[in-house]
Amino acid sequence: MKYLIALFFGLLVGAAIFVIGVIYNPFNSDNGLSPLSVTDSEVIALNFSAVPSEAIVFTNDGDSHVKPFPEKVQQLWEAPIRSSSITATVMRDARGRTAGLGIKFSSESERTRLMKGEAMIDSAWYIYLPGSGSLFIEQFENHWAFLRDVIIPAYRSSADSWKGAWLGDLTAGPGALRTAAVTGGAGSLRGLKMEAVESLSAQAYSVEGGPVAAEGRLLIELPRDTEASESASSGE
Amino acid sequence: MLKTFIVGIVLGVAAAAAALYAYPAVDQHREASIVSVAANGGNIESFHINMPMDRIMVGASGEKQALPTGLKWPADQELKNVRAELFKIRNARDTVIGVASRMSARDGSGEIIDWVLHLPARGSIFVNLRPEALQGGFRRGELQAGSREFAPLGGLMSERWVPNTSGDADAPAGRIELVTTYIRRQETP
Repeated sequence: MKYLIALFFGLLVGAAIFVIGVIYNPFNSDNGLSPLSVTDSEVIALNFSAVPSEAIVFTNDGDSHVKPFPEKVQQLWEAPIRSSSITATVMRDARGRTAGLGIKFSSESERTRLMKGEAMIDSAWYIYLPGSGSLFIEQFENHWAFLRDVIIPAYRSSADSWKGAWLGDLTAGPGALRTAAVTGGAGSLRGLKMEAVESLSAQAYSVEGGPVAAEGRLLIELPRDTEASESASSGE
Repeated sequence: MLKTFIVGIVLGVAAAAAALYAYPAVDQHREASIVSVAANGGNIESFHINMPMDRIMVGASGEKQALPTGLKWPADQELKNVRAELFKIRNARDTVIGVASRMSARDGSGEIIDWVLHLPARGSIFVNLRPEALQGGFRRGELQAGSREFAPLGGLMSERWVPNTSGDADAPAGRIELVTTYIRRQETP
């Protein structure tokens, strides 16, 4: 009997060691520097609040710890959309002025490989910029670093919250340099093929309600003049 | 007993690794696609939105029936001529399979009507419609871009409002019908 108990506790300790090893695996490095942060091309920088209650609308399955907003918004409870969320939010330029409207569709991704430090989200942005046109951004995001550095510490905290300063890129593809693919849809951006990176800056997180103070940022690299004319003509 | 404990640790690590490897962390629910072959090439897939039950959001400045209740549409002048809507979308079996946004806006560059269809297990489609309606109440436009399953596809999409004439008390007021025609894009050498 005592051997069985020893084996049982050994199994528990082994599983715990494995989980800790996966979470704090030093080989699962951060995303590193975004290639767009050192680009010399013209960029569009769009900022938005990453706090659901500061969005125009945020909805998910309703069972998540991040609650839909406004309270009476329809929830995504049907099986094919249960692991998805939608955010509609105001996009602001670098000076904090309203630049347009953004709608983000996010779904948990089957690319997720926790052993490799990949907690993936498939997402698509639709952005309308008055006077400039519309953009479609498709990307997959890796939330592993945010999970490890913010969400897990919040769960471990006795106050069920995290406070600090976290900044990181979420975009992990499909571009070879971990960039998102951007397509111009209308207006002066029509037909343009571009790249973008979404990053997140978080200051406070609560287990009960999700992000409390957090700001998202989309950096969209505009093509140079020759690239612009080529991509616009191929997009026609 | 110590040896048994150590063996247990090794087995625990192995079992946890095997469990994480064998069971996917995310397994999206899939509905079988209902796609037919077009007579002149390409594939046709139709979606619809039952109104008003599938509408998640209606936002526009001055909108008297903004949805959901409690929605505060931004008062910014820049968003004055913008109307944004969010929906659940259904396949031909009337099963919800995704979500979509429709944006209509008017600015200096003209009128814009854009759709994004997001099907979690498959990918997203971005369509820019021509604002003028065709005979029969259709609007038509091209697939501008897509992700995952839709990335290599081009084609067309049409939207049409189909009012409900059944007279049933529980029936929707009508539906927005979206018909997509997919054609594989020519790869540029």
